[in-house]
Amino acid sequence: MNMAKGKKMKPLAYSAEMNDLRIAVTGGTSGLGLALVRELSRRRARVAFVARTRARVEQVTRAHPGIHGIVGDIARKEDIYPIALQVTTALDGLEVLVNNASSLGPTPLALLADTECEDFALALETNVLGPFRLIKALLGALTASSREGRGAVVLNVSSDAAINAYAQWGAYGASKAALRHMSAIWGEELAAEGVRFLSIDPGDMDTPLHALAVPDADPARLKRPETVAHELADAISDALVKEEG
Amino acid sequence: MIAATHPVQRPPDARLLVIDRNGGIAHAARSSLADFLKPGDLVIANDAATLPASLHGVHLPSGAAVEVRLAGRSSFAHDDLRFSAVMFGAGDWRTPTEDRAPPPPLALGDRLALGPLFATVEGVLGHERLIALRFEGPTDEVWAGIARHGRPIQYAYLDRALALWNVWTPIAALSVAFEPPSAGFALDWRFLGALRERGVEFATVTLAAGISSTGDPVLDARLPFDEPYRVPASTASAIRRAKKTGGRIVAVGTTVVRALEHSGGRPDESVADQRISRSTRLWIVDAILSGTHEPHESHYQMLRAFQDDEVLARAAAALEASNYRTHEFGDSVLIFLQSIQERIHV
Repeated sequence: MNMAKGKKMKPLAYSAEMNDLRIAVTGGTSGLGLALVRELSRRRARVAFVARTRARVEQVTRAHPGIHGIVGDIARKEDIYPIALQVTTALDGLEVLVNNASSLGPTPLALLADTECEDFALALETNVLGPFRLIKALLGALTASSREGRGAVVLNVSSDAAINAYAQWGAYGASKAALRHMSAIWGEELAAEGVRFLSIDPGDMDTPLHALAVPDADPARLKRPETVAHELADAISDALVKEEG
Repeated sequence: MIAATHPVQRPPDARLLVIDRNGGIAHAARSSLADFLKPGDLVIANDAATLPASLHGVHLPSGAAVEVRLAGRSSFAHDDLRFSAVMFGAGDWRTPTEDRAPPPPLALGDRLALGPLFATVEGVLGHERLIALRFEGPTDEVWAGIARHGRPIQYAYLDRALALWNVWTPIAALSVAFEPPSAGFALDWRFLGALRERGVEFATVTLAAGISSTGDPVLDARLPFDEPYRVPASTASAIRRAKKTGGRIVAVGTTVVRALEHSGGRPDESVADQRISRSTRLWIVDAILSGTHEPHESHYQMLRAFQDDEVLARAAAALEASNYRTHEFGDSVLIFLQSIQERIHV
C-alpha cells in the first residue's frame, strides 16, 4: 500500500472495533466497496453507502439490515447534495468518507490516442470531480466531528496507475493521479481543521473493475477484496487514533 | 437598501457595517471581518445544512396543486418524519408569497402526493395554511424522496431558482434547517484559517432554522416557530474558556443567539422556544454577525436586544444611505452588545 506523502502505515495486529463511527462509502455494491461495507459493518461502524443501481443498492441493504443504501451517481453534479443530505441524515453526522467509486474510462482499455473525449471526461467526473464535490459537501460534517474530538478522515482509493505510466490506462491513470495529488493538497490545507486525508493504493484485486480492465487475469494472483477491506479499515482506525493522539 | 438578487454567497465586494459597544458606526469590507476580533474571542456559527423544504404535488382529496413548505420539526431524529408545514396553492416562487393562491381546504387525514412521496395531514395548527404532516413509508426512502424531489425554499426577489449548493453554507453539516442560516454565507475556510492565526476560536451549534416569512401577516406574527437545536460539549467548553479569559462570544446569525441563550451556553439538545427582543437580557452572546435586516422583519427584533432603538435607527439610515444590499445574499452587520453604561432601557 502506498500512502500520500510516503507516510508509513503502522500495521495493526488486531481488527479494531469501530463502535458508532459514522462512515460513508461510495461504490458500495460490488468489489472493494462492498467488501468494505461488510467489513466496517462487522466492526460495528454505522455505514451508509452510495451506488448507482437501485436494484443492487436494495440487494445489499436487504442482506445487511441497519446499513443505509443511497442511490446516486457521484459523477453527476446534481446528485452530490442529495447524496450528502442522505448520508448525514442517516448517520446523524460523519467521521469518515471513503471515495471508492471509480471509472476506468474506456472499456476495453484504449490507447490515449484512441480514447474518446467523453470517456476521459467520465473518468475525471467519477474519479476526481465527484470526490472533490462530495468532500466539499460533507466537509461541514467532517469538521464538526473533528471539533467535537471524534476525528475526521477522508480515504481516497488510489492505484499504482496514479504513479506509473501504463499504456492503455491513460484516462484512468491520469484521473487517479489527479485524485492522489488532490488528496495531498486537501491534507495540507485541512490539517489544521483536523481532517486527515489518506490516499491508498489497494493493489490489484479480484473485482469486477479489474476484470473489466484485464479480462484474462488469473484470479489466483490477485488480492481478495476482503483482505484489502480489512487493511483499509485498519488504516482508517489508525488515522483516527493518530488524530486523537 | 438594495435587494441582493444574485445568489452569490460571498461576493468579493460584500460590505460590513459595524456597530461598536458605544453605538459608534463604521463601514468596512466584509473580507476584513477578522480585524474586528481579538485573541481569545470565540466565533460560533450554525452548521445546519438546509433541507430542500419546498415540495410540489397534489392534495389528493381535491386534486388541487399545492406547494408544501416544510417549516418545523420537533427533533433531529432520523426517523422523526412529522413536520409542520406552510401550505400554498397552485403557482411557484416567481409569485411573491403574499400574492400566492391559498391551498384548498385541508382536513385531518387528507393525503398529499408530493412527487415520489406521500404524506398525511395530522393536524391544522390554528391557521388554515399551517399544518402538521407525516410522511409515509420507510425512513430512508422518505429522506431519499425529500432529497431528490424537494427544492430549497425560493425567494421571489432572486433572478434565478436556488439549488442546494446555493443555500448550504461552507460549514453546512446536518440537514435540519428549513431556510439557510444565511449569516453563515459570509464564512469561508480562508476566514476560519485567519481566525485561528489570530488566536480566535471557532465553534458551532446546530439549530434547525425555520421559515423566515410566509407571506401571511397572521402567520408571520407567530415566527419564529420553535426550533430544535444542539450545542456540542466542545462548543460549551470553548464558551467557558472564552468567558474565563474575557473573550467575546460572536454569534454568526440570529439562530446562534437563540440556541446559545436558550441553552445558557451549556451542552444541550433541546427546543428553542423563546423570543429575543428589546427587553431580553443576553447572558452568553457579546456580538452578532447578521444580514442587513429591515425593521419590519422578524430577525430585526432580535437585534434590539443588542443595541438601543436609537442606535439601530442610525444604523438603518446608514445602510440605506450607503446602498447596502439586503436579503439572504446581501451585505452584513456586526453588532456588539451595547455597554451597560450606554443601555438606558435595562
